[in-house]
Amino acid sequence: MSRHPMFWMSLGLWLLFGQAHAAWDVNMPAGVTDVSRSVFDLHMAIFWICVVIGALVFGVMIYSMIAHRRSKHPHSANFHENTKVEVAWTVIPLLILVGMAVPATRTLIHIYDSTESDVDIQVTGYQWKWHYKYLGEDVEFFSNLTTPRDQINNLAPKGEHYLLEVDEPMVIPTGAKVRFLITAADVIHSWWVPALAVKKDAIPGFINESWTRVEEPGIYRGQCTELCGKDHGFMPVVVDVRSPEDYAVWLAEKKAEAAKLAELTSKEWTIEELTERGEQVYRTACVACHQASGEGMPPTFPALKGSQMVTQDIEAHIDIVVNGKPGTSMAAFGKQLSEVDLAAVITYERNAWGNDTGEMVTPKDVLDFKQAEEATQ
Amino acid sequence: MSAVIDDHGHAGHDHHHGPAKGLSRWLLTTNHKDIGSMYLWFSFCAFLLGGSMAMVIRAELFQPGLQIVQPEFFNQMTTMHGLIMVFGAVMPAFVGLANWMIPLMIGAPDMALPRMNNFSFWLLPAAFGLLVRTLFMEGGGPNFGWTFYAPLSTTYAPESVTFFIFAIHLMGISSIMGAINVVATVLNLRAPGMTLMKMPLFVWTWLITAFLLIAVMPVLAGVVTMMLMDIHFGTSFFSAAGGGDPVLFQHVFWFFGHPEVYIMILPAFGAVSSIIPAFSRKPLFGYTSMVYATGAIAFLSFIVWAHHMFTVGIPLTGELFFMYATMLIAVPTGVKVFNWVSTMWRGSLTFEAPMLFAVAFVILFSIGGFSGLMLAIAPADFQYHDTYFVVAHFHYVLVPGAIFGIFASAYYWLPKWTGHMYDETLAKLHFWMSFIGMNLAFFPMHFVGLAGMPRRIPDYNMMFANFNMISSVGAFMFGATQLLFLFIVIKCIRGGPAAAAKPWDGAEGLEWSVPSPAPYHTFTTPPDMHTLHEHRTGPKHD
Repeated sequence: MSRHPMFWMSLGLWLLFGQAHAAWDVNMPAGVTDVSRSVFDLHMAIFWICVVIGALVFGVMIYSMIAHRRSKHPHSANFHENTKVEVAWTVIPLLILVGMAVPATRTLIHIYDSTESDVDIQVTGYQWKWHYKYLGEDVEFFSNLTTPRDQINNLAPKGEHYLLEVDEPMVIPTGAKVRFLITAADVIHSWWVPALAVKKDAIPGFINESWTRVEEPGIYRGQCTELCGKDHGFMPVVVDVRSPEDYAVWLAEKKAEAAKLAELTSKEWTIEELTERGEQVYRTACVACHQASGEGMPPTFPALKGSQMVTQDIEAHIDIVVNGKPGTSMAAFGKQLSEVDLAAVITYERNAWGNDTGEMVTPKDVLDFKQAEEATQ
Repeated sequence: MSAVIDDHGHAGHDHHHGPAKGLSRWLLTTNHKDIGSMYLWFSFCAFLLGGSMAMVIRAELFQPGLQIVQPEFFNQMTTMHGLIMVFGAVMPAFVGLANWMIPLMIGAPDMALPRMNNFSFWLLPAAFGLLVRTLFMEGGGPNFGWTFYAPLSTTYAPESVTFFIFAIHLMGISSIMGAINVVATVLNLRAPGMTLMKMPLFVWTWLITAFLLIAVMPVLAGVVTMMLMDIHFGTSFFSAAGGGDPVLFQHVFWFFGHPEVYIMILPAFGAVSSIIPAFSRKPLFGYTSMVYATGAIAFLSFIVWAHHMFTVGIPLTGELFFMYATMLIAVPTGVKVFNWVSTMWRGSLTFEAPMLFAVAFVILFSIGGFSGLMLAIAPADFQYHDTYFVVAHFHYVLVPGAIFGIFASAYYWLPKWTGHMYDETLAKLHFWMSFIGMNLAFFPMHFVGLAGMPRRIPDYNMMFANFNMISSVGAFMFGATQLLFLFIVIKCIRGGPAAAAKPWDGAEGLEWSVPSPAPYHTFTTPPDMHTLHEHRTGPKHD
């Protein structure tokens, strides 16, 4: 029954690397764009320069540590300067650096040229999700983490794309120059997709530019890379690159969806329909702070269960959900959610966890509230 | 001054009495050695506290998923770990070494401004009391990273941020006073014949560090004051809604922050420049170029700040300027490394604990320097920025850089401080455990960073799991090992073989001309040129 040692070795290697090959990745991905490949080349060039210099310096040092230890080399030399050598080791590194600066400058100039784009997408960072708006197309949506809380809390096995999966990825066409106009609504975030070598900070009040041109269709994943508060680790970036034809189909679908949503706003809703929809909205937008039980995490995140805010004055309840509460973690959801979803989640909160007010807020109520607010400004 | 006059008019100033007894010795002391010891003990306590926070972080990151702490507490841990290590552990340790060693190295009786010295130390417990207390406040402690970027640290900060701001103010005042004291001491109290270019490099690097501190700590005070105004007085320095600019915060912060990282490494450069020659039994190679290289690094540190901000969207020309300036730092830093290696070359080397830490310092700090050079390449930085690659980089320059430099100094001068030799076997064990633990902890961080793991996240995808587990194991090993260091130091204070005035045969410098342990008062009359000369010329072979 004895097998060749190679069998066990390859079985071992397969178990170690085959199962989760990505888990032992030690290097940057070369990526899927011209820019990402030239960045990768720069990275490897500077890496090898460092390796060579390191090998030389540490080599000399280790040789000296062995050959010049006291037991081998009892009498030390007494030299302590040598102008020629000192000039050489100042000038040579300088020349290497100049050699490195040239390609780096070339790549940087290329990266900074975001003119002549085919598709423009405004990327807005929110605590803790991304919003994508296709400029001139009337299409916009939020991109939320979909990893279930149970996986995060180790109550369910984690999926392959744990923490790197969203409900609606950004969709872009292959071959087109896509320009990102990056900003934020609250704190600073940073939008990063390693395979595209695009990382740019999303800064409230300012718009940063970046761009990409992807040749290969595929799904590319990244994360927010600037600490942005509690759920900084839970706002992934997913970019779905499709052929121009598939992209056109997707864009048409999104436009139809937008039209349907407008219709929903004017529809007659029942309280059951609203609470049902509201529960879904609550799970994506509110649950991280106020918790599924509605008990929150006082004092930072107050309980909604039995709270006066959600059982008394309806106007005040709409106001805090739409406008948030400045100076606290309570975000303004007025622009993040549609009127339908706002109405649904408010209705849900007024009736869930034994709040049972039996009161209903319709999409029209929310619309009226927003319009009244605009009129006063 | 004759003893007779002393006895009659200034009994309290008699230079031959010992320290006062009891608590008042420590509260009221103006003795540089007492204050130095207090700084060192304070720093070690902060090191253990900041280290235990690192253990919480590594325990949470041991596996994917949330196990031990929730994200909001995790963020407080990363923030406090950084603040406590930078301002509580590394900086006070160097001030402690400066207090102890600078007067002994330049033949001065004490620091130039002893009362201010006392005050600058006692501000620190107050500052850290304020800071650590925030963890128990409603809404928790600072959770916005040690770099506290606005508006996360202003509009969106927990209430405790005000206490954090005042703690930073106090630490800043303490550092500025400490720095002024070093400058005054070095420029005024050198023994006759101790010209600037004869000073040990530790004194040189500290003099330059002190100027850096005086230049940038007020900038830090300014930036936290602007935060205070934004939070409580309705200004909008950092709020775009009121016409301000969140990026302005980063410019001001890093104008402080980049020199700050050199503040944390230059004194270690100096100490290692004494230790390597001592255990190579050979004079330091390129003393003059070492001094100029330190000056060049200090100058460059003021014009590279925006390399921390390559992704904030600074214009192309700005990006290029900061990239080139940053790459230039590799030149003087390289000169230093080449000089250390040449000092060892054809020496007669032994590897006691100070030398082990010093050699590891040179190799591992260089690795941190290499990753720093990689980070300087702006287009590549777009991939590295704010990932674990950066975490690996700055831990390689701070742990085997600053902290190994401090360990090397501690072992090198412990015999002088305590009058006893430390336990060499245990010290070597401390070195090897620290060396292995720290490499296990921080080397794999390069890999996960390059593979795409952002920093400051409490949870991660499984593709980062293996290396994170290895990192955590290394971190636990490194952390636990530091208790061994505490044991070695206490054992050395309590007893051990008596140390000679000069316990290292290759050591140079005035500090070795006084007995071990160093008497409470030293150099009450300046050492004469002869003594000075004897301790400046080449090593003796005995």
